[in-house]
Amino acid sequence: MYAIVRKRELAPHTNLFEFSAKEITVKTKPGQFVILRIDEDGERVPLTIAGANVEKGTITVVCHEVGKSTKQLGRLKEGDFVQDLLGPLGKPAEIRKFGTVLCVGGGVMVAPLHFQAEAFHEAGNTVIGVIGARTESHLIYEDEMRKVCNELHVATDDGSRGYKRMDFLKGLLKAKKVDRAIVMGPVVTMKTVSEFTRPYGIPTVVNLIPIMVDGMGMCGACRVTVGDRMMFACVDGPDFDGHQVDFEELMARLKMFTPQEKLAFVFQEEGGRSQ
Amino acid sequence: MSKPKPKIKKEAVPMPKQDPKERGHNFNEVARGYTEEQAVAEAERCLQCVKAACVNGCPVEVDIPAFIQLVREHKFDEAIRKVKEKNSLPAICGRVCPQEEQCQANCTMGKVGDPVSIGRLERFLADWERERGYEIPQKTASTGKRVAIVGAGPAGLTAAAELIKFGHEVVVFEALHKPGGVLIYGIPEFRLPKKIVEAEAEYIEKLGTTIKMDAMIGRLRTIEELLEKFDAVFIGTGAGLPLFMRIPGENLCGIYSANEFLIRVNLMKAYAFPKSDTPIYVGKKVAVIGGGNVAMDSARCALRLGAEEVKIIYRRSKQEMPARAEEIENAEEEGIVFEFLTNPRRFVGNERGWVKAMECIRMRLGEPDASGRRRPIPIEGSEFTIDVDTVIIAIGRTPNPIIQQTTEGLQVTKWGTIVTDENAETSIEGVYAGGDIVTGEATVISAMGAGKKGARAIHKYLMKSE
Repeated sequence: MYAIVRKRELAPHTNLFEFSAKEITVKTKPGQFVILRIDEDGERVPLTIAGANVEKGTITVVCHEVGKSTKQLGRLKEGDFVQDLLGPLGKPAEIRKFGTVLCVGGGVMVAPLHFQAEAFHEAGNTVIGVIGARTESHLIYEDEMRKVCNELHVATDDGSRGYKRMDFLKGLLKAKKVDRAIVMGPVVTMKTVSEFTRPYGIPTVVNLIPIMVDGMGMCGACRVTVGDRMMFACVDGPDFDGHQVDFEELMARLKMFTPQEKLAFVFQEEGGRSQ
Repeated sequence: MSKPKPKIKKEAVPMPKQDPKERGHNFNEVARGYTEEQAVAEAERCLQCVKAACVNGCPVEVDIPAFIQLVREHKFDEAIRKVKEKNSLPAICGRVCPQEEQCQANCTMGKVGDPVSIGRLERFLADWERERGYEIPQKTASTGKRVAIVGAGPAGLTAAAELIKFGHEVVVFEALHKPGGVLIYGIPEFRLPKKIVEAEAEYIEKLGTTIKMDAMIGRLRTIEELLEKFDAVFIGTGAGLPLFMRIPGENLCGIYSANEFLIRVNLMKAYAFPKSDTPIYVGKKVAVIGGGNVAMDSARCALRLGAEEVKIIYRRSKQEMPARAEEIENAEEEGIVFEFLTNPRRFVGNERGWVKAMECIRMRLGEPDASGRRRPIPIEGSEFTIDVDTVIIAIGRTPNPIIQQTTEGLQVTKWGTIVTDENAETSIEGVYAGGDIVTGEATVISAMGAGKKGARAIHKYLMKSE
């Protein structure tokens, strides 16, 4: 059992959780994820780690309520427990001095992006941050990002704050020399930004969280096509070359259980099972 | 005048089974187990051979004639104690061991009729005991030595039970959220009910073992770090990585590895969805690729989840199938269709990225290959297409690689298995390994045998360094 020691609502239906998990904090590096299971009947939910505090013995994740399990997690309070927390999983991100690193994040993935941006900053890189969200009210981690970025740009889907969508990046990439790009967020964001960096030959890393069950290489549900190879996001990734990932396939696979997910959601809302 | 000896029956007492029509729609156990009367009647068939060949066929050396004699005498408590001297997981072995290739293959009765149903008797005793509550043997005096076991599957749990009996302190590290390894994630409920695996793991804990869940060694702690706190380590991480066909279209939606399919159904109880949160999708027309027990298990699960037609696609013929005869028979009874000498070439998807058909080719058998089985050769021009909406790929599993990747100095073969010497010791002193991680995918009982062997070697090592 793992206790929630801190919970904060960062945006509508978006919560930050700090879990007491001392052992995990010691080994956690930016880019890695945990698998969380709320209770005995719970599914195994992969969540990218947004921070680890070794002194406090806590790891941070930020979760947006999209389906049954994330909604259930959103209802938990400080002092509540989750049944299982497995990690850190996946290979850590490659953090070293590259020169200028462009860190682009969308939605809740801005939180784990911050974990990486901070590390790139500490490794002596010039960090250009870009954070995006659906609307202004969904923006998270802006202040935190500002602290570790040499410059920070904000974009929203509806233009309610900053740039409208990510198209401004085309101009930015034309004007600046970027040595490496990191993109974390919705698949469509990762795909779009990878297309923007491609003409400049900027090595672009995307952090993939496909559907997975065990998270340690056993099920193969998280298989993705990278170049002409089949890779498992959980053990070969989650970081991959954005210029080689088959995003169309990934998007189709992410929808594989959509009807079932809707059913689970309705079942829960109608009180099919208590918390 | 001496009393005439009763004639020994040539036929084994049949195993009561759930009706095939009924069981195709539920996940309850297929084989129901012997009653006391049936068990005693079957035990009466044992000839009590002086040179008991059956024992030679048992990887954990259970004293088979002795326990069967006790069953005959209705001394079930003594009989199970006799079994447990050598086998800590009898309810599991009684269900999933391939006895027909092991103990029962050597049975003298087998020369004149059916061999004695040793496995069924073992299962009977284990169930008899579990229903009455386990007897926990007295704890051995502590040696003060500590052993870490990586993986709570058949090898790890057996090694744990042995090492506890020797008086060592044992901590088992398991990456999943439940102990049992393949017994809990792989073998379906209708063949091995999960409550039995849970009870047997609980028994190992009651012996004094600590089992730590959610602990992925290699990531959470390395083997090197374990050696700082433990006097020896046993690695039993198994063969849990799925093999794929590497043919076009394999990443289409609706195509599962058998591992994913079975993990969803067994470990995550997707058959109870939406009461349990993990979903599964099974279409109307299901194809399972492969001919082993995992393929049979997958096909039979798909049927129970509502598939209208389930086909097993196997590239060789029935004779070469690696699945247990009993499981093939069960699958046939339930209406699973077998397409022998057939291999898929590619998968065809619809506009939403879901599999809709599978192009196959007919095969013929050529000369025997390295495995001794006749090599399947494609018959060019024999391609044909079958409609499918769910495909399960059950063509084998390879070793879990995390420990090998994260342990410096650990010698590994090109197949990813860990190299050990005849004493189960790896290239690192104090680190032992056994089960599928050393041999590649094999059986539950051979992993248990390896766990036992590893435990003995560790005991010897620990007591020598005293």
